[in-house]
Formats: sequence, C-alpha cells, structure tokens
Amino acid sequence: MDSLKQIFVKVGVLPFLLIALLILFTLAGEGRFMTISNLLNVSRQTTYLAILTAGQMLTILCAGFDLSVGSSVALTSVVTSMSMVAIAAPTMAIIIGMIVGIATATLTGIANGLTIAVFRVSPFVVTLGMMSVAQGLALLLSKGVPIFNLPPDFNRILGIGKIAGVPIPILITLFIVIVIYVLLSRTRIGRYFYAVGGNVEAARLSGIAVRKYTFMAYVLCGTLTGITGVMLTARVASGEPNLGAALPLESIAAAVIGGVSLRGGEGGVIGAIFGAILIVLIRNGMDLMNISSYLQMVVMGILLIFAVVMDHFRLSMKGRLR
Amino acid sequence: MTSDNLILRAENITKRFPGVLALDQVTFYLRAGEVHVLFGENGAGKSTLNKIIAGSYLPDEGNIYLGEEKVVFGTPHDARLKGISAVYQEFSLVPQLTVVENLFLGQELVKRGFLDKKPMFTVAKESLSRLGFDIDPLAQVGTLSRAEAQMVEIAKAIQQKMSILILDEPTASLTNKEVDHLFDLIRKLKSDGVGIIYISHRIDELKRIGDRITVLRDGKRVATLDMAEANEQKLISLMTGREYEDVFPQITNIPSKPVLSVKNLSTVSGLHNISFQIQEGEIFGIAGLIGAGKSRVGRALYGLEEITGGDIRLDGQILRKISPAESLNRGILYLPPDRHKEGLVLCRSVRENQTLCSVPLFERGGLIQLKREETLVRRLIDKMKIRPPEPDRTIIYLSGGNQQKVLIARGLTRDVKIFIFDEATSGIDVGAKIEVYEFLKELSEKGSVVIFISSEIEELIHLCHRVMVMHDNTVSKIIPHSDASEENILSACFGYC
Repeated sequence: MDSLKQIFVKVGVLPFLLIALLILFTLAGEGRFMTISNLLNVSRQTTYLAILTAGQMLTILCAGFDLSVGSSVALTSVVTSMSMVAIAAPTMAIIIGMIVGIATATLTGIANGLTIAVFRVSPFVVTLGMMSVAQGLALLLSKGVPIFNLPPDFNRILGIGKIAGVPIPILITLFIVIVIYVLLSRTRIGRYFYAVGGNVEAARLSGIAVRKYTFMAYVLCGTLTGITGVMLTARVASGEPNLGAALPLESIAAAVIGGVSLRGGEGGVIGAIFGAILIVLIRNGMDLMNISSYLQMVVMGILLIFAVVMDHFRLSMKGRLR
Repeated sequence: MTSDNLILRAENITKRFPGVLALDQVTFYLRAGEVHVLFGENGAGKSTLNKIIAGSYLPDEGNIYLGEEKVVFGTPHDARLKGISAVYQEFSLVPQLTVVENLFLGQELVKRGFLDKKPMFTVAKESLSRLGFDIDPLAQVGTLSRAEAQMVEIAKAIQQKMSILILDEPTASLTNKEVDHLFDLIRKLKSDGVGIIYISHRIDELKRIGDRITVLRDGKRVATLDMAEANEQKLISLMTGREYEDVFPQITNIPSKPVLSVKNLSTVSGLHNISFQIQEGEIFGIAGLIGAGKSRVGRALYGLEEITGGDIRLDGQILRKISPAESLNRGILYLPPDRHKEGLVLCRSVRENQTLCSVPLFERGGLIQLKREETLVRRLIDKMKIRPPEPDRTIIYLSGGNQQKVLIARGLTRDVKIFIFDEATSGIDVGAKIEVYEFLKELSEKGSVVIFISSEIEELIHLCHRVMVMHDNTVSKIIPHSDASEENILSACFGYC
C-alpha cells in the first residue's frame, strides 16, 4: 500500500485511471473497443483536445486558466469559414482563412493576457467574460447558422488527409507537442512559466518580468486554440458557431488529470496529452456502451471534480511526506 | 532509570521518508517542569521528532508514552486533546483572518448560535498583553510582519491547557525584549509542571532557558546533557561531529575604493535621509530593531521599494532605473529573509531554484544548455555542501539550512559584485551558519561588496567592517568594527548616539 501511495504522489491519478478504464471498456465494449479501427478513431479524435490542452496547460502553469477556449474555437470556426467563403480562388481562400482564424483566436489570447497580466484581474473573471464575448461574436457573425461551401480541399487535406498512412491531424499534433515540450523543458520561457506559477514573488525577485510571461502564456494558448479551431473546422467541413462547448471543461480536466497542478508551477506536456487521451477514451468507451450524451456530460463533470480532488490529495500527501 | 517525574517517553522512534532515514532509534524523555532542548543541524531530525510527538506524523517504529499510558496520535488533534501543544516554524495561521479569529480558530466562543465577539476580543487582548506582545487583535494576520505572526502563533499555542509545549525556533524573529517576555512565560509554565521541548540554534538563549539538552545528528541521538555541562564548543562538536575553533572567521582584508554611494535616499515606505558609502571588499552590516528599516534599505537598493528622493551611485554613475532585473545586470543581488515566501519556488528542483536569476546566461540559440547548467549546479552543491547532492530533487524536500544554501549560492551563478544578504542565517543551524560566514569572508576577500542585514548583534560585531544602525527608518549611526559592541549597537538601535 505504501509503495502504491508513493507512485500516486509521484505520477498522479492518471496511470491508475487509464488502466482501470482500459479494462472496463474492453470488458463492457463487447469487442468493439479494442480494435485497430476504433483505436485509430480515438487517436484522431484526441488530436483536437490534445492541442487545446497543450495551450490550456500553459495558462495553468502560470497559476491561471482559460475558460474562453471553447468559445474561441467557435469564433475561429466562424471567422475562418466566412473568410474562405468570401474569397474566390480556393488555395488563397484556404490560406487566408486559416491565417485569419488563427489570428482571431490569438487576438482573444492577447486580450485575455493584457487584462490578466497588466491589469491584474483574476483569470477566472477575465476568461469567463471573454467566453461570453467570443461566443456572442461567433453567433452574431454567423447569424447562428453553420457556414457551408468551404473549399473541398480544406476538408480533404486538413480534415481527413493522410501522409504515409498517418492522418495529418495526428502529424500536426505530434509536431505541436514536440514544440511545447521543448519550450517547457529547454527554453527560458518554459522555465519562467514554472517560476511565475510556482512562486510569483520569488520570480519577481529574480528579475523575471512576471507580467510579460503571464501575458505570453495566454497569447500562446490563444494561438493553439486557433489552430484547434481551424483543424476542427476542416474536419467538420463547415463553420460551426456552437463548436467546442465542452472544451474548456475537458481541457482543464485533461491537464489536471495529466498532472498539471491548478496551483501552478507543476506539470508536463506529456502528462497533459495523456490526460487528453484519457478523456477521449472515456467518451469513446461511453459511446460504444451506448451511454446517452446527456449522461456523458454528467460523467465528465464528475471526472473533473474527481481529478481536482485527487490533485489536492496528492499535493497534501507530498507535503506530509516531507 | 527512575521515573524522575517523566511525562513523556519517546522510545526507539524510527521514521523514514522517501530516500532518507530521518530518525534512527531515537529515545527522548521529557520531565514535568523542565525545558528540554533539542539541538542539532538542520536535517538532523529535530523537527521530525517534534512532529511525531505532536501527532503530525506517525513513527514507523517505536512507541510514545504519556506518563504510563502508551499513546498513538493519528492526527495533531489527538495530540492536542492529550495536552500537547506546538508552535512551529511554518505558521498555522490563516492570513485572511484577524488575530482574534486566528486565536480562537476551532474554539470560537458562541452565544445563542452566533459568534460572541466581545469576550473573544477581550481574552485575545489580555493574552497578548500578558505576553508583552504589542499587536492589534483586530489586525489581519496577513498584514503582520513575520515577527508579529510568530507572536500570535505562540499566543495561540499557549491558550489551551497543556501538559507539554513544543516550541520550534520561537525566537527567530523576536527582539530581545520579546524574548525576555517569552522566557518569563516559559518559567511560569515550568512552575506549573508543563514540560517544554525547545528547538533553537541560539546557544546563548539555550543556556539561559534550558535545563537539559539532547543533541541529534543524522537522525540519531548523540548525547543528552544537563545544560550546566554544555558549552558552545562541546555542543557544536557534538552536533557536527567536527571540531571548531571559532564560530566566526577572522575578517582580515582591508576594503579599498568606494563602489556604492547612497545620498539622502527616501522611499514611499518611510525611509528618509539615508546616506552611506561602501567600499570594495567591505562587509557592511545593517542593524536595527524590527521595523527600523534595515530590510527596506536593502530592498530599495535592489529596486523593490519605490524611491521618492535621493540618489544611488554605482562606480560613480547615478542609477536611474532600478528594478530587480536591472540590478542583476549591474551585478547586484538581493537575498530575501523569508526564503519560502520570496526566495524559492518550492515545487521546483534544486537546479531550477539555483539558477533562477541567471537563466539567460545559459541560453544559446534560444535553448537552455542543460548540461552546462547541471555542471555549474553540481559544482555549487559541492562547494556549499548542499545535501542531498541531487540537482533534480524537488527543493521542498531539502532541510531549511540546505534550502538557504541554495538561495545564497545564487550569487555564484552570475557575476555579482554587490551582495545584499537579508537575515542570511535565520533559521539555520550553527554548522550551516559557520559555512555561510566562511562564504562571506571569501566574498569580501575577492573584492565583492557584502551588505549584511542582520538582527543578530554577535554576527554584526564579528563579521562587519562597519555597522550602520537604523532607527525609525533613518540612519542612527555608522559604527566601525573597532567600536562595535553590543552596547553601542543597541543604544544606536534605540536612537541614543
């Protein structure tokens, strides 16, 4: 029991959950879970949440979080598709659309970052407000209806395209994860994120420009949210003003389950990605078990609470083991 | 042995933590009405033993007996119910609540379902004044200084009826007057039959208040002596296992040309008319009572205080923009007094904490050169004898003394010419202190400027070329080493020159 406790303190609740769920779904999924096609499906679905979680974790590392990611994805989707539809030449349309989309999400990140870092308002309040602003804008611009007739290549390449048999979204995700990994473990920015989140006073005393780096975390989160939005739009081949409603909750849950502490200063991107994998796995398993999507919402909420409670336990056990 | 009125027997206590054997078959006896001192280096096991007695930890082996009864404490509350009360170095107060609310936390007085605030206020005011602590009961604890918070912590522990009181470094931030009050209180508790376990590194204090002393080293009990038999040299050699000539090294170098000059400095926080000049190779002490402004001077030089007037010159140039980042670029480093609050990022590794102020120096092509960083960190761990010698260990697992060494060694990760030490030796054991003093000597011999802010007059007298005494946020007197004595410094602290 003691060594189990020690493992728990070190790696968090994720490995235990993963193992438990793999067993559960294999048993209850009637043989449909553990198939290559299902698992490939799961990996493809994970990519969107994975990239978003990578962005979310940056803000959590700085002792904050971003509740506006879901609405930002919706806004990105609307802006991207509206731009694409407005341009005649298809290649131009795709490129400009993507740039505009990612830029829009980056702008929301900048707005979040400025208010939180410079005006020192709580991330909860700022991103909650932004969530409403972005969602409102998405609905306003799209008049509440999906936008169709996007250039077919957009969906063909970015949505369902493959290179050497590997789906392009997976390739993009891998690339982003590697970039974030290097950022966090080998660059000044990463180091400072951990310092600012871990002890902002100590960071300040060591000459770290706390406001600058807090700002950066939200901007980067915005950009990654934009990338997620563009990719999701490509996947569903339309601009959806209601895209991503569950994403704030899922990305925070994924990060926390993956070992990123809400207190800030702790956690790695690999763990966060595994957290995202877990969330998607649970959704997939529940789908295979024919659990209704309403009930799935309940389960997800309980999971988030469970993850945060476990994170809290883990931290207090760490303290006692001193 | 005869029972000798033993109220506590801790026998063969063993406690293991991940990677370290904190206590190894330690036996400890406490008599009623005695002050039994626990002495040893940081990491020797004193705090661990205290925490086991107070119910925060369970021992892996061994038993605790209160009188004749064997007891097992699952939580600190169990210990509290059995009459064991504790005051730790890490405070258990809620910063957002007031002093009264904290004193009555968990035992609020209630009348007809509502909080009975008036009697609580009266009792709190009485407790504080009985202890001679001048604190406003309605003040929010988060706004109090470390010293004041410590007083509230002590007042809280003393409130309930107890048979055993554990005090862990209770005088760390107190003035002499407050220490005297505390000792009066301790003597009264002794006569009431309370057994007191006292941890401190201040040998002169221990000799005043202690009856017996148990020395721990590396988790083992090395000796238990009557205080009459214990002298400084014996204690230090028992504690460290090494022989020491003197606690303080001889400072022999002579400072040369002026490097830093401050004229008529004033700050928003109340400093005024601060003027002094420091030379290369000088160890410049800053003394003063709590609140006199000694810390503020250091912080103002570093850029942590808003300056309203006067100027600071470095090598003749007036410093225009002052901030921590600018100061570091100029070769000025400030080490704060409260390492947990402002110094270290506890959830990160030793290595990240070590290089926190010098990360840009390890960058090449946008990436941090991890190998080069590790080499330097290992070298510093070696030089400063930091234990355990693991750069990637999370720093929260290190003892206070070792954490302090990591903080201090930051000054060696970049080109620092002016070191501002603010209470560099608070809460660390004598062995580690000696190492810090040696380090200061080394720095001054290399030609660095060392500004040494301290509330320990002995340190100031022995280590500093000059001591600037602060009084009421201004300079009372600058005393050269030849004139430095406890009397002179103290009078200047009170404004008599």
